[in-house]
Amino acid sequence: MISFLEFFVRYFPDLLSGIGMTLLLTAEGILAGLVLGLAATLARTYGGKFWRSLAIAYIELFRGTPLLVQLFLLYYGLPGLGIALSREWSAFLALGLNSGAYQAEYLRGSILAVGEEQMLAARAIGMSKWQAIFYIILPQALRLAIPAWANEPVSLLKASSVVFLIAVPELMTRAKMIASRTYDPIRSYLAAAVLYLILVYLVDAAMKWLEQHTRLPGLSQARQK
Amino acid sequence: MREFPPILQAKNLTKTYGENVIFKNISLDVYKGETIVIIGPSGTGKSTLLRCLNLLTPVDSGQIFLEGEEITAPSVNQDQVRQKIGMVFQNFLLFNHLTALGNVMVGLTKVKKMPHNQAKEKALQELERVGLADRAHHYPAQLSGGQQQRVAIARALAMDPLVMLFDEPTSALDPELIGEVLGVMEQLAHEHMTMLVVTHEMGFAREVADRIIFMEKGRIVEEGTPEDLFERPQQARTREFLGRISELYGKREKG
Ligand SMILES: Nc1ncnc2c1ncn2[C@@H]1O[C@H](COP(=O)(O)OP(=O)(O)O)[C@@H](O)[C@H]1O
Ligand SMILES: [Mg+2]
Repeated sequence: MISFLEFFVRYFPDLLSGIGMTLLLTAEGILAGLVLGLAATLARTYGGKFWRSLAIAYIELFRGTPLLVQLFLLYYGLPGLGIALSREWSAFLALGLNSGAYQAEYLRGSILAVGEEQMLAARAIGMSKWQAIFYIILPQALRLAIPAWANEPVSLLKASSVVFLIAVPELMTRAKMIASRTYDPIRSYLAAAVLYLILVYLVDAAMKWLEQHTRLPGLSQARQK
Repeated sequence: MREFPPILQAKNLTKTYGENVIFKNISLDVYKGETIVIIGPSGTGKSTLLRCLNLLTPVDSGQIFLEGEEITAPSVNQDQVRQKIGMVFQNFLLFNHLTALGNVMVGLTKVKKMPHNQAKEKALQELERVGLADRAHHYPAQLSGGQQQRVAIARALAMDPLVMLFDEPTSALDPELIGEVLGVMEQLAHEHMTMLVVTHEMGFAREVADRIIFMEKGRIVEEGTPEDLFERPQQARTREFLGRISELYGKREKG
């Protein structure tokens, strides 16, 4: 029997390409989710009745159903409607749509926390509603959202492992392939676990950095007092 | 001499929130260069009146004119009107993510579309005017309440407004910080800025106001020069209110 370290080193190149795909899916999902989440939050907070309802429906639907169901609907369900998506596209869309619904909730909380009065002050110097939203409300809301929002990339990174069920070649899929090739599931999945752990640690560190570097002078000190 | 028409004129303004009538048929003329102080108990509708005057809140009926033009007309671009009416709030409401300079600049660059350098120069001048040029790069949370309110005044002044509205600008301040804000306002009055000031600072009202309006329960009870109101108030309600207010705030007044 070879040691875990030897096993790990031997299959690392294989796992590495899986890591690449995992990171790519996570990054794409976070970015797509940010755009969707932002749009949904703005629609919900500032939109008319129609946009508000649409945003709420989207958020509730995607937070209220499992990611796996959403993934299967996109990959196996859409072809029934004449829309055939590749594995990668299905995975990307499912992660983005799912994450967007969660990100919308983080952003909404912080927009409410910025408060109506900042809007009032912005309108008072002649800004339109949308100018106030983009120049005054969002820059503050995004900063406020970061500490809670920072959980989302880690959470999505781990959640992305479900896409192995439609055989997108990410880390989990690679681990499964190695397991069936070597008849050594313990070492294979242990290797995947170690790599996920490292990725999560790195993403966490990146989020801490982001938090530090977007902090407003004076505010943090004031809060600590 | 009063220049006609009044720079800001309100005719028969009525405002309700649901069943609640905040004020009814209020009329008001503000002439160029005038400082008007509005006094009155809290909950009387003073803040609501100011917000209606710069269209932050719609009135139910009545008309408002700015330089003779009706700004309550449906065709009016309200954002453009608000640029011309400066507003200073009780709790400062500086933009927390921007430095003092950024707060004063943002209206110039985003609303007036002024080039960055020109906006910066103008913003620095306005900060200079309120004595805060040396705090330009501080964020609101790094400034005292008095400094924040002076930045808020500079932010409004930068838009070159025709009228400045002040809604209890010193009510949220520690007593020792009130003087610096009133000082800036007094200086503006001497520069003949047109101002409408809601305040409980009777010293300021007495010394700086051209006219004082006493408002209660959504009505203008009495108006006149500081002498009229302080020395020979016509209405019992005015006397009563002034008596009460000088008890509350009397200790802080100068001389
Ligand atoms: N947005 C609002 N919705 C409902 N009622 C309001 C609102 N704003 C103010 N009011 C009510 O209007 C009345 C006058 O308030 P306000 O104008 O703030 O008085 P003042 O500034 O003289 O203290 C109060 O009874 C207050 O509760
Ligand atoms: Mg008030």
